[in-house]
Amino acid sequence: MRLWVNKVAIILSTATALLGLLFLGWILFTLVIKGVSSLSPYIFTHDLINNGIRNLLWGQFVLAGLASIIGIPVGILAGIYLQEYGNHTRYANFIRDLSDVMMSAPSIVVGTFIYAVIVVPVGHTNGWAGIAALFVMMLPIVVRTTDDMLSLVPIELREAGIAIGAPKYHVIFHIILKAAKVGIMTGLILAFARIMGETAPLLYTSGSSIYMSSGLSETYPSMTVSIYNLATMPSEELVGLAWAAALILTLVVLVLNLLGRFLIKDKRL
Amino acid sequence: MSNKMEIKNFSFTYKKAKAPSLHQVTLPIKANKVTAIIGPSGCGKSTLLRSMNRIHDLYPGNKYEGEILLYHEEKQPQNILDIKKENEFIELRQKVGMVFQKPTPFPMSIFDNIAYGLRLTGLKNRYKLHEQVEKALRDVALWDEVKDRLHDDARGLSGGQQQRLCIARVIALKPDVLLFDEPTSALDPLSTLAIEEMIFELKKNYTITIVTHNMQQASRVSEYTAFMYLGNLVEYDTTETIFIRPNKKQTEDYITGKFG
Ligand SMILES: Nc1ncnc2c1ncn2[C@@H]1O[C@H](COP(=O)(O)OP(=O)(O)OP(=O)(O)O)[C@@H](O)[C@H]1O
Ligand SMILES: [Mg+2]
Repeated sequence: MRLWVNKVAIILSTATALLGLLFLGWILFTLVIKGVSSLSPYIFTHDLINNGIRNLLWGQFVLAGLASIIGIPVGILAGIYLQEYGNHTRYANFIRDLSDVMMSAPSIVVGTFIYAVIVVPVGHTNGWAGIAALFVMMLPIVVRTTDDMLSLVPIELREAGIAIGAPKYHVIFHIILKAAKVGIMTGLILAFARIMGETAPLLYTSGSSIYMSSGLSETYPSMTVSIYNLATMPSEELVGLAWAAALILTLVVLVLNLLGRFLIKDKRL
Repeated sequence: MSNKMEIKNFSFTYKKAKAPSLHQVTLPIKANKVTAIIGPSGCGKSTLLRSMNRIHDLYPGNKYEGEILLYHEEKQPQNILDIKKENEFIELRQKVGMVFQKPTPFPMSIFDNIAYGLRLTGLKNRYKLHEQVEKALRDVALWDEVKDRLHDDARGLSGGQQQRLCIARVIALKPDVLLFDEPTSALDPLSTLAIEEMIFELKKNYTITIVTHNMQQASRVSEYTAFMYLGNLVEYDTTETIFIRPNKKQTEDYITGKFG
């Protein structure tokens, strides 16, 4: 009987795994087939106004990059607070729960929220609003990663640091963070990959532009939003461009993810 | 025979615990001798040891009662339970060093593991740093094994080497007292032997207190032994007395393996 249940479980789980792989393969296959034909050096050297994606790629990186520049230090510090200073206090547990709730908030909700608090008062979509939305998306992931990775560092290491007369902050920043470095780095890369591929938070916030940006206080070029816009255009060429952009974005996210996995594997040292 | 530390009517209660984990413990720690603390699991050996450098204070809310005196060469003896300021804690922990059960190499090079504490004391001169790192490594008989790879990650060393590195890290700071909490229980017999030999050398310059579950180890390395049971000090005497003709029945039963 037990053997039989075991067999069914194996077959079912293998089948579902295969199904998942099938769809993934299908998506990648379609992307490559449809995207490759529109791929050319030309699109990397021209902006969307001239049927290229240079400004989109640049814009996406700037938005995600600036969101990370603010989000990573804030998130790491918050994670350090949660694990090293406030651990088990009511306040820390509350922040931890709040952060988890934020992490599972649908991204369109985040976009709408930033739309209401930034875009509406300003009067038009702008780069800063996009950065704010991505920041809100990223922050809880960074907090959670830091918190989790620090919790894996054995308590003895903290005690050993304190026991040779190091102040607590010194132990945290010079020993504990180093011990958790690989795990945190991996989490940061995955978090960055996550916001690189987000559309919903940017839809009403940065919007997207066909030009190279004229500053973050203006509507800002975004690859994901433009893919969304281009995909429904009547022009074959523009739809092809959307496929090419989607392919490139997928590759970027894939490479970032692989980099993250690679780091995880290398965790021993 | 002079005392380096003196524990007097010392009781300790963990945060939120209903009863104290140590009751009115009184014993001297003799200068330049090895004192072993033995007793069954949970009797409070670690709790006592961890009070002697106040590492407990990493977690707030514990209660200390009584006195733990630390004797200084020039100054008056100091009751370390009075310490409240961060810089005094740091001073205490540099004077009373501690080695843990599991080796705890820091995630950095072998050299930096030892230089870390030295740098904290303000030593910046590279030549002097190197000199002191080498001396500490020689004192734990590790120098020859690692001198060609000082800049490799310390986590690549064997368990026994890691533990000796951790000891070197502590003695580099020239403490007066060394506290060992079951320093060899995670090591193989050869590494254990190496550490025991090292303790033998170290006691010329340091006052040592060692918690151990290994009776042979206690009798091999120590001059004085304290036997604890359920948070009480049952008997303290020379190691010879404790192991050959203890005064208390309880001690005898434990030593002969009748319980524990
Ligand atoms: N953080 C803590 N909070 C509350 N009680 C504790 C804590 N740590 C230890 N205790 C209790 O204090 C008593 C003494 O523990 P301690 O760790 O000092 O024993 P030990 O003699 O070192 O034992 P072992 O040989 O197993 O290491 C035990 O009853 C233990 O349950
Ligand atoms: Mg113990």
